[in-house]
Amino acid sequence: MNHVVKRFGDVVANDRVDFSVARGEIHALLGENGAGKSTVMSLLSGIYRADSGELFVHGERVRIRSPRDAMQLGIGMVHQNFRLVATLTALDNIILGEKKQPWRGASWKRKKAKEISELCEQYGLQFPIDAPVWQLSVGEQQRVEIVKTLYRGADIILLDEPTSVLTPSEAERLFMTLRELKQSGKTIVITTHKLKEVMAAADRISVMRKGRMIASLDRKDTNAKELAELMVGRALNDAGEVPAGQAGAAIMAVQEMTVLADHGYRALNGISFEVKEGEIIGVAGVAGNGQKELAEAIAGLRSWASGTMTCLGERMEGASIRRRIDKGISLIPEDRMKSGLAGSLGLVDNLMLKSYRGNERFRMGVLRNKDNERWAAQLIDRFDVRTPSLTVPVRGLSGGNQQKLLLAREIDQKPKLMVAVHPTQGLDVGATESVHQMLLDLRDSSAGVLLISEDLDEVMRLSDRILVLYGGNIVGELSKTEIDKDRIGRMMAGIGDSEEAAR
Amino acid sequence: MDFYVFLIIAAISSGTPLLFAVLGGILSERSGVIFLGAEGTMLIGAVVSCLTFVQTNNLLLATLAALAAAGGMGLLHAFLCVTLRANQTVCGLALTLFGTGLSAYLGKPVAGQALAVAVPRIKLPWLESIPFAGRILSNLDVFVWLSFALVMLLYLYMYKTSWGLHLRAVGDNPATSDVMGLSVSVTRYIHVVACSMLMGLAGSYLIMVYSPNWIEGMTSGRGWIAVALIILAAWNPLYALGGAYLFGGLDALGFRMQLMDIGIPSYFLKMLPYVVTILVLMAVGWRNRNKPSVEPKALGIPYMREQRF
Repeated sequence: MNHVVKRFGDVVANDRVDFSVARGEIHALLGENGAGKSTVMSLLSGIYRADSGELFVHGERVRIRSPRDAMQLGIGMVHQNFRLVATLTALDNIILGEKKQPWRGASWKRKKAKEISELCEQYGLQFPIDAPVWQLSVGEQQRVEIVKTLYRGADIILLDEPTSVLTPSEAERLFMTLRELKQSGKTIVITTHKLKEVMAAADRISVMRKGRMIASLDRKDTNAKELAELMVGRALNDAGEVPAGQAGAAIMAVQEMTVLADHGYRALNGISFEVKEGEIIGVAGVAGNGQKELAEAIAGLRSWASGTMTCLGERMEGASIRRRIDKGISLIPEDRMKSGLAGSLGLVDNLMLKSYRGNERFRMGVLRNKDNERWAAQLIDRFDVRTPSLTVPVRGLSGGNQQKLLLAREIDQKPKLMVAVHPTQGLDVGATESVHQMLLDLRDSSAGVLLISEDLDEVMRLSDRILVLYGGNIVGELSKTEIDKDRIGRMMAGIGDSEEAAR
Repeated sequence: MDFYVFLIIAAISSGTPLLFAVLGGILSERSGVIFLGAEGTMLIGAVVSCLTFVQTNNLLLATLAALAAAGGMGLLHAFLCVTLRANQTVCGLALTLFGTGLSAYLGKPVAGQALAVAVPRIKLPWLESIPFAGRILSNLDVFVWLSFALVMLLYLYMYKTSWGLHLRAVGDNPATSDVMGLSVSVTRYIHVVACSMLMGLAGSYLIMVYSPNWIEGMTSGRGWIAVALIILAAWNPLYALGGAYLFGGLDALGFRMQLMDIGIPSYFLKMLPYVVTILVLMAVGWRNRNKPSVEPKALGIPYMREQRF
C-alpha cells in the first residue's frame, strides 16, 4: 500500500502509510497499541475504506471497498475479536457466506464436513466441527477462523494480534501452523506488540508508531532492542526491578470461594487466598478461567454460591456493594467505559461518582460546585490526567487518560483493597508506566492490591505473589523470588507442577 | 365431544392471525430488527383488506392489497431502522400509533358494515373418516392451511437453507456476516418487509374470516400478544404454532365460559389469555435461567460497518 491515509474524526489513524509484503513470507507488523496496525489490517480486509492512497495486490492496483472485495482478491483476515457467530456450529461458521446451493440437506452437510475435515488435517488444525462455537476454547475458535479463511481460498492471511488470547504453548502451536501455511505458499501478515514473537516467527518486520510507518527490516538484520526503540520512538532504559512490598497484616481472607458463571457452571471452584497490607497479589491466567468472576464476586457484583470473605475482621461475602465500598474495597473494572466511567458526563461529575454523598461534595441537597471543581482540578493535576477542560465528556479522552481519571477517583477514596482488572489494557507505554506507579504507590501506602491481568509481564513485574488460575482453581502460588515465566505458562495451560491436568 | 371439537376449531380460528403475525415477527427479529409496529400493521392490513373487498368483492384482491399496504409499512420501518439507524423501539411504536390512527380514519365509511365473505374451505373427504381429528381438519379454511404450510416452509427455510443460515448469522453477529460478504442491510430489508406482509395477512384474516365487519381498533391487542409470543416461541416457527394456538385456545375458552354463565365476571375471562402468557413467560424464563439466551444477539442494535467500540 502506498501513502494510505485513514482518519476517524480528527484522529489520523494512518498517516501516509507505505507497506509491502512479499509473497510467501511471514511479515510482522509491530507497534504499540494505537499505533495504527489494526487500521492497516482493516483497510486491507475491506472493513475500513482509505481516505486516500493506493493499494496494490500482485502488482495490480485494486480498490477494496468491502470484505467481499478483499476475499475475491484472496485476502482473508483473522480478527483479534473473532468474527464468529457464537450460536452457530463451527461448520456453519465456515460455510457462512457461501451462496451456491441454497438447499442444505443432510448429505450436503456431510460432504462439506468431510471437505473441511480434510482441510483441517492438511494443516494440522483440530477442533470439533459440529459443536456450537461458544463451547469451543479460544485456541479452537482461532483455528476455526484460520480454516475459514483457507476454505474461502485466501492466499494472503492477515492475523490481528493472534497471540493476545493464547497461552504461551498455544501460541507456539499457532506459529507452527503459520510456518506450515508458509511452506504451502501462503502469505501471512501478523500484527503484534510482542517482540519475542516477532523475533521467533517473522521473516520481515515493519514497525509502526503513532499512525506512521517507521521502518521495514529483515529479521536477520535487526534485534529485539533496536525494534523496541523503533516502536517506542526513544531509547529504552530497562524497566528496573520493582522493589518488593512490605507485607503486613491480612486485609482480606477468602475461604472456599465458589462462584457460578452466567450460564450456571462453576467459574470458581472453592478457592482460598489472602491479601495482606502492602502487597500486590497478581492473578495470572488465560481469559475465561474465572478471573472476571473473581473480581466481580469480591466487589459484590456477583453473588457467591458458597465460601466466606473476611475483610478487616468483618464477614463481607453477603454485603451490599455500598457496604464494601465503605469498607474500602475498590474496583478498577475490566471495561472502564462500561462499568467505570459515565462516558457522556464531564470529569468533575465522574470524579464525584463515589464521593458525592459526603459533606465535602454536597451540602443540604445541593452540590457544592465551586469546591468540587477545585477538588477535581487538584486530583487531575496530581494524577496527570490530560484534558482540554474539566467539563468535556470523558468519552472523548484517550484510553490512558480515562484510566488515570478512574484511578484518581478510586485512589482518592483511600481504599484498603483495590481489585484492578486489566488496568493497562489498551494503554500506551507512558500511561502504562503511570498506572503501574499508581498501583505501587498505593501498595506502599499499605493498601492491598489484587491485580488481575492477562499481561504476564505486567503481573510478573508488579506482583509480590502470583496466583495462577486455571479452570476455576488456583493451580499454583509463587512468591516473588520463585517467579519463572515458563513455569507460570505451564500452569496457565493447566499443566500443573504436580498434576497432569492438561487437555 | 362436540364441545371440544368446537373449542379446538375456535382456538385455531383465533390463533391463526396470531400465528401469521408471530411468524412475521420471527423473521424480522431473527434478522436483528425489533418490529413493534405489529398492532398498527395488522390494523392497516385489515382496513385495506376490508375496503378492497367492499369495492371489488374479491377475496384474493383484498388479501393482496393488505399484503401490499402492510409491506409498505415494513419498508418504512426498514428504511428508518436499517438505513437511517433510528431507534427501533421508537419507530415501531410510531408505526403502531400511525397505523391505528390511519386505519380508524380509512375505516370510517365501512365501519360496522357486515362483509359477505365466502372463504373457501378445503374439503378433504379422506380426512373426515379419522375420528375426532377428521372433524376438525375437514373444517379448516384456506388461510389455516396456508399458515400450516408457512410454518413448515419457514422452519425449513431457517434451518435447512443457506438463506436461513445467513438470516440467523445477521441477527446474531452482523459484523461477522459483513466480513463474510453477506449484506446486512439487504437481509434486514427483505425480512422486515416479509414480516410486515405477514402481519398484514394476519389483519386480513381477522376481517375476512374471524369477524367480518370493520370495527375501529379491532385487533384489540393481538399485535402486542404476537410480540410476546415471538419470545415465547424462542424465535422458532415450530414453537410459534404451539404458542399461537395456546393463546387462541384460551381466548376461545374464555369466550365459551362466558356463554355458559358460570358467574365469573367476563373481564376476568378476557384476561385469561394474557395472564397465562405472563405465567408461561415466567416459567420459560425460569427453566432457561442458566442457559445462554436464544435471543438474536444483535436484536435492536443498528449495524454500522466502521463503528468503533
